[in-house]
Amino acid sequence: MGIREDHNRFREIVKGRIKKNFKKYVTQGEMIGRREKEFVKIPIPSIDLPRFKYGPKQSGGVGQGQGQPGDAVDGEQQPGQGQAGDSPGEHVLEADVTIEELADILGEQLELPRIEPRGNKKVDSISNKYTGRAPVGPENLRHFKSSYKEALKRSIASGTYDPLNPMVVPIKRDMRYRTIRKVTKPMANAVVIYMMDVSGSMGEEQKEIVRLESFWINAWLQRNYKGLETRFIIHDAAAKEVDEKTFFSTSESGGTLISSAYKLCQKIIESEYNPNEWNIYPFHFSDGDNWSGEDTKLCIQLLKDYFIPRVNQFSYGQVESKYGSGQFLKDLEKSLPGEESLVISRIENKDKIVDSIKDFLGKGR
Amino acid sequence: MANLTPELEKERVKILKAAQEAGLDFYETIFEIVTYDQLNQIASYGGFPVRYPHWRFGMDYEQLSKSYEYGLSKIYELVINTDPCYAYLMEGNEFIDQKLVMAHVYGHCDFFKNNAWFGPTNRKMMDQMANHATRIRRYMDRYGVETVEDFIDVCLSLENLIDRHAPYVTKSNEPKDHGPAPVSPDGKLKVHKSYMEKYINPPEFLKEQEERRAEEFRNQVRGIPENPERDVLKFLMEYAPLSSWQQDVLSIIRAEAYYFAPQGMTKIMNEGWASYWHSKLMTEKIMNDSEIIDFADRHSGTMAMAPNGFNPYKIGIELFRNIEQRWNKGQFGREWTECSRLDEKKAWDKKLGLGREKIFEVRKHYNDVTFIDEFLTEEFCIENKLFVYKFNQRTNEYEVDTRDFPLIKKKLLFQLTNFGQPIISVLDANHNNRGELLLGHLFEGIEMQPDYMRATMQNLQKIWGRPVHVATVQDKERTIIGFDGKEYTSVAI
Repeated sequence: MGIREDHNRFREIVKGRIKKNFKKYVTQGEMIGRREKEFVKIPIPSIDLPRFKYGPKQSGGVGQGQGQPGDAVDGEQQPGQGQAGDSPGEHVLEADVTIEELADILGEQLELPRIEPRGNKKVDSISNKYTGRAPVGPENLRHFKSSYKEALKRSIASGTYDPLNPMVVPIKRDMRYRTIRKVTKPMANAVVIYMMDVSGSMGEEQKEIVRLESFWINAWLQRNYKGLETRFIIHDAAAKEVDEKTFFSTSESGGTLISSAYKLCQKIIESEYNPNEWNIYPFHFSDGDNWSGEDTKLCIQLLKDYFIPRVNQFSYGQVESKYGSGQFLKDLEKSLPGEESLVISRIENKDKIVDSIKDFLGKGR
Repeated sequence: MANLTPELEKERVKILKAAQEAGLDFYETIFEIVTYDQLNQIASYGGFPVRYPHWRFGMDYEQLSKSYEYGLSKIYELVINTDPCYAYLMEGNEFIDQKLVMAHVYGHCDFFKNNAWFGPTNRKMMDQMANHATRIRRYMDRYGVETVEDFIDVCLSLENLIDRHAPYVTKSNEPKDHGPAPVSPDGKLKVHKSYMEKYINPPEFLKEQEERRAEEFRNQVRGIPENPERDVLKFLMEYAPLSSWQQDVLSIIRAEAYYFAPQGMTKIMNEGWASYWHSKLMTEKIMNDSEIIDFADRHSGTMAMAPNGFNPYKIGIELFRNIEQRWNKGQFGREWTECSRLDEKKAWDKKLGLGREKIFEVRKHYNDVTFIDEFLTEEFCIENKLFVYKFNQRTNEYEVDTRDFPLIKKKLLFQLTNFGQPIISVLDANHNNRGELLLGHLFEGIEMQPDYMRATMQNLQKIWGRPVHVATVQDKERTIIGFDGKEYTSVAI
């Protein structure tokens, strides 16, 4: 039916528009606010067909009901039950895009490699697919192309094939039928542990950056793993585990002991996520202002001895703020050079979010 | 074709008979039951089973399906103006709904057949649409989907620039243009005395003069178009540098726009008429007692009017009823208009019984503009609590502006004229003597939305090739906005 074709074309155009303005969408928090369960609503104004028309707000109209001049007209403008074939409605288009589609666009735009799950690949999903071919089977599963190929092969081999009159007559022996083939898929679970510094020096803007980054990181990892779990840890001088909402809304003051968060993260992994079975992704966001050099040493120790051998990738994002010195990043770079599974990214402002996502996810781990 | 259940078929025959007895006259009407998804598909295609491929239909389909799936809206009926008429019923609607819809559809079909404004429409449009689809698919195969689709986008953005009244004016073959008429029929001055003839009208001089006039006429620079041309699409087909496939695509878009135009021109009347008849047939003939509550519920749902939404069903049905009542009681003519006593007017009843006849006449000759212009009365506005609303910049809200009758009427007529869209015509195809296109916007107090205007001008420029200009009003100044493919210019006049 034609409409499917038109509908697919429309979806393609929507995706094309998103791709075109992708950087803008990534750095806009507004869009994530419009997230519903599995959809994100994206306003796409430019997809409308432009026309010569009057501005809607200027023109007003005729209505019906109570009220004195000057009273507000409540209720929404409803076109009523229209008859089809009339002029198309006026609307700003909001396209629903699934998070998976977004993740795909993200992957395509940033050229992210697919993640290779690591560790032992447990076989836990088996699905049946009609990809096999068999010489016997029911007629409705007959595979035309394979059957034709068989017939062609036979006629060439037997010398009856004439290129000038390329007629191929299949016989029963040539027939090929689709058949079930068991496909086993390794299934891997993954957990993302977000840690954020909520000390006084982390302002609203910094948190917004973290929020945006975590949205996209989640979207991408979700695309790559079935059953992604997320955990949230906030810390200043002490760390605690919180839920997502608290994670993004808490504002504390006071000092910063990064090791407190790392220790808590270690505890969570030890008690709940066996590194042999889980793909583990700790992300830590901070402005890089640790309390003392002693503590930083402790952190580096923890990274080296505990995290790096066990997790897929340990990511540290340093959100620049005007108060932070950013020393922690320098320390990490100095003491752990060339560590493959440690990714460090500096995020100066919102515009750098895209680059930093690429830093974090570009390794395909 | 028809796949009605036996129960529905029985009802259909009953409704058909009742409709015919009431005097409705329509082409054969074929009902089909379809699933909601099929109905959404057909609706996004404007009622037709086949249209040319375009993403816009897919967009409409997505919106219809979403809003149906979320329970926000539901299409009850869909009928198209063809011969025979095709109407679709949605599978799974309640029995009473289906009956109501059938009665409503017969109203529409009668209107399609008899209203003068539908007169010139192609009743075999279904074939025509399929034909269009084939042609466009062929172009897509030959020139590439994207190329053709981009061009369709451009055409659709200009789709509303047609002359809606053109189909009703039958022009005899273009009169031959002989140039300005001479002073007297044979170019001679009046001669009282015949012997003076060759002195007053020397033949050589006359001949010379005639040649001079002809020469002058030949050399005269006449603009293209000679008169402002409302049918911008036709003008572009004739004069824009288009390849033949582009010309054909443009002609397809134009033909379809003309086909749908009468539906926009008679929205209030058409819906009002159909609603009038479904209500009449259902309550008087078709419905049984147990269905009355559901009917009332459905009927009032359709008639409901949101405070700042204008419901053509409601205004239409009320106006038809109002007209019927007035002509039944003889509330028209000079005597009625000149009567200034309210009590007398209230009790006015000459028992003429002309109402039914009158509404049939109205449905034959009028369109929304003339309908409102002639039959919207002050009493009607008061009774139906009509008002004009406007947008208040300060409070960022719509608010009631006035309940003054002349202003309500003016606003309504304004909204209906040209579908409330700006009136635009081609003024000059050789603007600035550089082959640039100049369009004129007939300014009526409301400015065009600038971003849309600029985007539309880009599309216009793509077709025209040379720079394009629109003479309009922006920020309360008469301005000519120009676009040359790269930059916009703005010149105050």
